[in-house]
Amino acid sequence: MTQSTIKSEFTVIGTRPIRHDGIDKVTGRARYGADIALPGMLHGAVLRSPHAHARIRSIDMAKARRHPGVKAVVTGADFPEVKGVMAQVGELIVNTHYLSLNVMARGKVLYDGHAVAAVAATSRHVALEALELIEVDYEVLTPVMTAEEAMKPDAPVLLEELRTKLMAHRTDPGSAEGPDRPTNVPGHIRFERGDLAAGFRAAAHIVEREFVTAAVHQGYIEPQNALAIYGADGHVTIHCSTQGSFNVRTLTSSVLGIPEGSIRVVPAEIGGGFGGKTTVYLEPVATILSKLSGRPVKMVMSRADVLRATGPTSGTKMKVRMGAARDGTITAAEVWLAYEAGAFPGSPFAPGAMCTMAPYNVANLRIDSFDVVVNRPKVAAYRAPGSPASAFACETVIDELATLCGIDPLDFRILNGVREGMPQPAGPPYKRIGFIETCTAMRESAHYQARLEGPNRGRGVAAGFWFNGGLQSSATVNIHGDGSVSVVTGSVDIGGSRTTQAMIAAEVLGADINDVRPVVTDTDSIGHTDVTGGSRVALATGMAVYEAAHDALAQLKARAAKLWEKPIAEVRFAAGTFSAAGNGVPPMTLKQLATRLARTGGPIVGRATLNAGAVGAVGNAFAVACVDVEIDPETAKVRILRCSIAQDVGRALHPGYVEGQMQGALAQGIGWALSEEYFYDRNGLLRNAGLLDYRMPTCLDLPMIETVIVEVPNPHHPLGVRGVGEVGIVPPMAAVANAIYQAIGVRMTELPMSPPHLLKAIGQRGGVTLDSHAAAAD
Amino acid sequence: MHAINYESPKTIDEAVKLLAAHGEKARPLSGGTDLLIQLRAGTRRPDFVVDIKHIADLCKISFSAQHGLSLGAAVPCLEIHENPHLRRHYPGLTEAAHLIGSLQIQSRATVGGNLCNGSPAADTTPALIALGAMARIAGPGGERTVPVEGFCLSPGRTVLKPGELLVEFQIPAPAKYSSDAYLRFIPRNEMDIAVVGVGVALTLDPANDHVVAARIALGAVGPTPIFATQAVQALVGKKLDDAAIANAGTLAIAAATPIDDMRGTAEYRRHVVGVLTRRALAIAATRAKASA
Repeated sequence: MTQSTIKSEFTVIGTRPIRHDGIDKVTGRARYGADIALPGMLHGAVLRSPHAHARIRSIDMAKARRHPGVKAVVTGADFPEVKGVMAQVGELIVNTHYLSLNVMARGKVLYDGHAVAAVAATSRHVALEALELIEVDYEVLTPVMTAEEAMKPDAPVLLEELRTKLMAHRTDPGSAEGPDRPTNVPGHIRFERGDLAAGFRAAAHIVEREFVTAAVHQGYIEPQNALAIYGADGHVTIHCSTQGSFNVRTLTSSVLGIPEGSIRVVPAEIGGGFGGKTTVYLEPVATILSKLSGRPVKMVMSRADVLRATGPTSGTKMKVRMGAARDGTITAAEVWLAYEAGAFPGSPFAPGAMCTMAPYNVANLRIDSFDVVVNRPKVAAYRAPGSPASAFACETVIDELATLCGIDPLDFRILNGVREGMPQPAGPPYKRIGFIETCTAMRESAHYQARLEGPNRGRGVAAGFWFNGGLQSSATVNIHGDGSVSVVTGSVDIGGSRTTQAMIAAEVLGADINDVRPVVTDTDSIGHTDVTGGSRVALATGMAVYEAAHDALAQLKARAAKLWEKPIAEVRFAAGTFSAAGNGVPPMTLKQLATRLARTGGPIVGRATLNAGAVGAVGNAFAVACVDVEIDPETAKVRILRCSIAQDVGRALHPGYVEGQMQGALAQGIGWALSEEYFYDRNGLLRNAGLLDYRMPTCLDLPMIETVIVEVPNPHHPLGVRGVGEVGIVPPMAAVANAIYQAIGVRMTELPMSPPHLLKAIGQRGGVTLDSHAAAAD
Repeated sequence: MHAINYESPKTIDEAVKLLAAHGEKARPLSGGTDLLIQLRAGTRRPDFVVDIKHIADLCKISFSAQHGLSLGAAVPCLEIHENPHLRRHYPGLTEAAHLIGSLQIQSRATVGGNLCNGSPAADTTPALIALGAMARIAGPGGERTVPVEGFCLSPGRTVLKPGELLVEFQIPAPAKYSSDAYLRFIPRNEMDIAVVGVGVALTLDPANDHVVAARIALGAVGPTPIFATQAVQALVGKKLDDAAIANAGTLAIAAATPIDDMRGTAEYRRHVVGVLTRRALAIAATRAKASA
């Protein structure tokens, strides 16, 4: 269902062509990183720490080096020391010193799975055998596993040099806060407005709750991989699975001290990323192994490697206090957030603070958010990083306030909802946004209008906010002699963006979508293009393709003018046909004109490069989820009966892919809500490093997800596009929690709401007598 | 590089000779759905893999209402599930066989392998114990038979000695007014290992709804599958009403010795033992009444 405030004047945009890469993918011909093989290629493997926190006393590589078939070995000693620079790499802010330490440990290992050494050998089996011959002497230290533990004054310290810095905004380097002593809390950000005390005095109802969410993984199906070829001339080619080939180039360059210009990154087809493939793990290691061995080196992670050492996103501890007047106006909100960064600073604590309460206009507000290092893998971006956890907390409390005020939860959100001109939590006012329209669309949806009946059943709603990334993109649009068109960008295609780009070019040029070939190319063949992430590709790279196609169109008009000996201004272009007034000027289609290019000046290449603006400045997105659940009161298992999502997408270029993003985000959110969690034992070792026990929902766990596309055009974009990839994951956790409350009257404040957690909560409320207690009493 | 020898004997004698010759260095391969994962993970490193799926005697199902069921150790789960006699007389066992993995996995995985892997969470083991199945074992010194509830010793360890091979299960003929049921709890609807599994078998006296015989077995709530004898004793001779079922559930909980792990807490598992025992008894009772 699409609820659009704009009438479509397009022929290609808004339709649902099949994707250009579809046949290769469904027939298994698409080439992913792990499919690539080169003559003489070696296989690399990484030795990973078996401890959560330990000092490395020594590493003895002698036996591994002598093992038949081993061609190169590396440890942290083979990596250059990298000075701590906070580099803005696309939407990420990366401390290159810590990035280097994460790629290969030096001095200390800081989590179960931290890379300690690597080998390259003639086969993967030989490489794995060689790992067993490496002798590492560890001094095991006490691990610190949660934000709550790590923030205690007497907690063991992970990194001696860290001091707490108070930041005014997301990219602020910050200034020292508190005493000059080692801490596990490197970052604190605060947003404040109004008079909190006065706001709470004005409240008729005040709700105060604490929340805990488990760390969860992005769960992309394709493990990380990298193939590096270190040439005799010192130039490096890296094939890998990444969301940002230019990111890989910059980050590999800074970790290895190789000039960026000496590195070419060729992105392979990607089997999912969700933010987790915006950094580097294997690429620098494979490059050094290739340099040492003089051979191409391929490295592919196992699923256990992926879960132990890549991603995930932060576990959190959160506190919310919120008040509402009798009429439902939120009078004050005080939010305290602590995000686990993993072993090195850099959790999404700032965006978490910027997004929580972002859908609401609250006069008296204070948000504190903290970055906390713990002995877990360094977090990576994950779909709307930071926002889902903080939304879970606030959207649960908002649901409670709505119940206390006796107001429908969507009406409550509309009453307090943000509109154009109102301030965001971080300060700047919103431009044209579609939050109210999104809430209204959900309220009027078939799902919300349908009655839900039966015991142990309940319906919950929740809202969410996320930014649109702008940043840099480049595109070329080539007009070929047969009238076909190739669209070349540097944006790795994760969610169908190739076809979306082709649709934009086809629309501008009046071409058939099947005559347009979209190509994603390497870092030497296109201008700088930032990461596929931050919901930015359809938006920003789409903007570049739109401009490049117009550039090509202008050149085509000039050729027509030349052929017809007319001023360019007299050449008209409509419905795919070039024409001009006057006798003896037959109109020409793009295909007809294309055959004359050689004679009129040679090929046509339209080009565009741009910086679409800072993250958030270029657009914003809102989503509302609605979930119906049924709970088995004896086992506390939650069944999703029905779920839907409404989202302001600005304009749906390809509605099928937009729906796919909305559905995928909601599915991931439901996994986060019900079953996904990193499960560490008391020694800080990950006990569920596989997809058997790291439980993502399967297709049998979810009904068909209904979508309501809302189109409130983005004023910053020529086609009105908003980023659609991320915001859908923000509301589901609270929507499920709120549905559980409606079903059985239990407020869940801990994720995941797995059967053991939920049963315990039901028991604490006196809902059921735990049989296990009855038996114990016997 | 470590090489593995693959052997494919055609008879039980050949297989036993191979296993005896290589002792701990040999491992039988049935469906391979556990062994291959263990080889990959490096948790087992045999020098010899002895594929038993080419031994005809191990791949046979023979059933008669008089003598009961002889089930070859290497019969794939899907064949068990698709056998009309077994579905009719041992629905709990066929359901358990059908819960293991996808259809592709069920086409490979075997009940024998499920037992010999020694996992306390094996789905078919509680179903076998509930049916009173006996495991026939061939070895260098001849044959022996052990009840399935005595087969597992601890996670990954069984009574099989080096050189011994599980050959078949012998399951008694179904009594009149009897049936069985197997239920497991998993957090998702597929793809999970049992958090708790409960197998029950019941024989009723239809005249007065009394329990003539019963067996209850628990999975994933102790180091081995558990035969809940006290819960059974409390049922036999009693009328199968709500109170008796609830009491059996409570006694089953008392028999469980679960741990906290990534699949569930001990507290939760104990609670679910009670829930599933009650539910499985109710299902088996309904089936038993309908069986005549």
